[in-house]
Amino acid sequence: MQAFLHQVLSGLANGGIYASVALALVMIYQATHHVNFAQGEMAMFSTYVCWLLLQAGVPYWVAFILTLGFAFAAGVAIERIIVRPVEQAPVLTVVAVFIGLLLIINSLAGWLFSYTIKAFPSPFPSDAWYGSPFMSPHEVGMIFVTMVVLALVFFFFRFTPLGLAMRAAAQNPVSSRLVGIRVGWMLAIGWGLAGLIGSVAGMMAAPIVYLDPYMMTGILLYGFAAALVGGIDNAWGAVLGGFTVGVLENVAGAYVVGTELKLTVALAIIIGVLVIRPSGLFGRVLVTRV
Amino acid sequence: MTMATIETSRPAAARQYAGLSLRAWRIVGVAALLVGACALPFALSSYHLFQATQVLVYAMVLLGLNILTGFNGQISLGHGAFYAIGAYTAAVLLDKTGVPYWATIPLAGAVCLVAGFLFGRPALRLEGHYLALATFALAVSTPQILKYKHFEEWTGGVQGIVITKPDAPLGLPLDSDQWLYFFCLLWTVPLFVIGWNLLRGRTGRAMVAIRDHPMAAATMGIDTALYKSMTFGVSAMYTGIAGALGALVAQFVSPDSFGFPLSIQFLVGIVVGGIASISGAVFGAIFIEFVPNIADQISKAAPQAIYGIFLITSMYLMPMGVAGVIRRATARLARMTGERPPR
Amino acid sequence: MSASADAILETRGLDAAYGPTQVLQALDLTVPRGGIVTLLGANGAGKTTALRAICNMMVRCAGEIHFAGQRIDGRATEDIVRLGIGHVPDGRGTFVSLTVEENLRLGAYTRRDREVAQDFERVYGYFPRLKERYRQQAGTLSGGEQQMLAISRALMLRPKLLLLDEPSFGLAPLIVQEIFRILRAINQQEGTSMLLVEQNASIALELADQAYLLETGRIIMAGPSRVISSDESVRRAYLGY
Repeated sequence: MQAFLHQVLSGLANGGIYASVALALVMIYQATHHVNFAQGEMAMFSTYVCWLLLQAGVPYWVAFILTLGFAFAAGVAIERIIVRPVEQAPVLTVVAVFIGLLLIINSLAGWLFSYTIKAFPSPFPSDAWYGSPFMSPHEVGMIFVTMVVLALVFFFFRFTPLGLAMRAAAQNPVSSRLVGIRVGWMLAIGWGLAGLIGSVAGMMAAPIVYLDPYMMTGILLYGFAAALVGGIDNAWGAVLGGFTVGVLENVAGAYVVGTELKLTVALAIIIGVLVIRPSGLFGRVLVTRV
Repeated sequence: MTMATIETSRPAAARQYAGLSLRAWRIVGVAALLVGACALPFALSSYHLFQATQVLVYAMVLLGLNILTGFNGQISLGHGAFYAIGAYTAAVLLDKTGVPYWATIPLAGAVCLVAGFLFGRPALRLEGHYLALATFALAVSTPQILKYKHFEEWTGGVQGIVITKPDAPLGLPLDSDQWLYFFCLLWTVPLFVIGWNLLRGRTGRAMVAIRDHPMAAATMGIDTALYKSMTFGVSAMYTGIAGALGALVAQFVSPDSFGFPLSIQFLVGIVVGGIASISGAVFGAIFIEFVPNIADQISKAAPQAIYGIFLITSMYLMPMGVAGVIRRATARLARMTGERPPR
Repeated sequence: MSASADAILETRGLDAAYGPTQVLQALDLTVPRGGIVTLLGANGAGKTTALRAICNMMVRCAGEIHFAGQRIDGRATEDIVRLGIGHVPDGRGTFVSLTVEENLRLGAYTRRDREVAQDFERVYGYFPRLKERYRQQAGTLSGGEQQMLAISRALMLRPKLLLLDEPSFGLAPLIVQEIFRILRAINQQEGTSMLLVEQNASIALELADQAYLLETGRIIMAGPSRVISSDESVRRAYLGY
């Protein structure tokens, strides 16, 4: 029983990471109807930037905040420079560009930082008071940090004028222009925020999965699964989906298929959702006009 | 010129270019290509011949992928999985059974035809990004499935399976590398001919119609569900045949060589070579076979970076790939030099 | 040649096309300051296109557009709007998943002054129904209420010119009358100029001072609305008697 509880709680901790990645994916999807295949690599690269700062002696939380800034700026830049020209292009073009972005960022990281696996510190000491046999201090910290970030994002979108303008631009770009919203920049900021959220996921995951250019591929896959489970156009669904999928991964890994097939579990979830209920648990069922 | 021009009728009096019609030039070109292809094994060193054989294998894969993604519009980021299925089918048969090597190829093709069709059916409802997502998931999880301990008895687990190269039959004066090349050519040529016929005919037009206007295609009486699943199956079959041949060429199969990077290579191949183009498959194959070899010498990260740069710049600068560039160049040349035959 | 001093909006030789299809030809239109002008015509005559062309949305345009003394042709929609044009599009264009209040707040998005709260009250004064439903999701409002919301959102901009695209569309006659009554009040109390595109010719001619008649992209008649409405051919074709 204790072991089961540990699996569930640890799954929730991982779920926070999946929820963050899923939220980033959903934010971009809501605004553009594109799936950002490069989301994982963007998060990975930001984590490397944090590592660089830490190596230079910057204290952890300062490095954390600076990395958030970097991730935001990088997201904005990527949207304005690489994504904007292909915004209206056919799906294959967009997918190819995103995969291209994935490859470039990945190889840039490999070239700059080498492919050797590096350790990444956790800001939550292993003997902290909030640790327990059920959850390590880092896992507790992970959930806490991701919840704080998600709460801030929610607050931003719900209660600030810019957040309102971004929601409007995502839903109805034409009407948004009619009230003077610069829709293009809203998209860029959206990408910036998605990059920022992704970097949080990267920095929280790195102590566990270790830092290397391929660290985010599996996490991205689970992020996709989470976004699909929740409904790819629904932010709340993404968060819920993330925690659900995190727990499923651990429970399935421990009791059903063994830990070597964890990625296959994600595949099964993805195919399952797409076949049974493509709009996910909370997404809107899209009815296309003929 | 728009994507996938499929000629349906010829002008009444064909234009002549330097004395021959376009059609005659095409035949000459293909014949020259075939002659060249047959001469290659006697001119190249063992290693370069190995590379040329690999190009043939990739060309078949890319043709298969192009049929699905280029002509039928179903985006697959997971064709590495079908390649793996083909390769492992051949390897397991060779390792565990007495099936001769030349029989493993069609068997691998058959297995993949079924696998592709089975994947294609549920994938029917998936469009664009969703299908890309699902196939991405397939590609990422393939190595894990292949390494699964309950399959180890068959798949050889992490170490994979080693295969011996077959010798030339009937005492032909070819060494095993040369024979393998011709063996692959024996598969490549018919697959290309079949593909060419398929795409030029009614089936091809139906596929393109489904890609461009699925709603309209359905109202015209095309059974889109059947076509899309069949296209998936055929595409997987091509890839599976290539995978089996590839296993013979590489002489081993192991799970980690069939991961996401392989599927990406295939995507890069069709994008750079030319989407919805048959010749594009060959250009793409040449690209993905030789670029990593050259790029590797710059740095370990370089091949991927080059793939990424080419993917993005192709989409901006040459969306129709190398094949498209060549097509436009020859069209311009034809306009400049062509004369109408005298009435 | 600069625009006439008392015109808030003036177009000269305005052409508009969707892709290769020419929809408007050499349109010359003037809206006097504080006046109400209506653009009439049958379906497909190009009325909606004219409004879109003024805001440079969705069409390719050529020709001159002068607004409040400035050239606005070629500028981005969001910049044109910030100069003081409130556009109430066809189909209302409300943000259906957002609340009434959020819709209105978005209308004031570009404003930097401190009088936004006042404008909320003003708008609720014109349309009390919106105040009752201010927390409701805009998509759940009735057609008439959505039209009121769309107009109010444009008003939150404090526009000098209001562009209205078929505000009567799909609404019951009583609601239409109420809305048009309020439009007249807005024009009289605030001095807001209006360019009104309508298929319902009779109610439009009642409200407007001037009218233009559009047929397949060209203006075939222009003048004071009383003159237009008593014209024989107009009465037969558009007024039904």
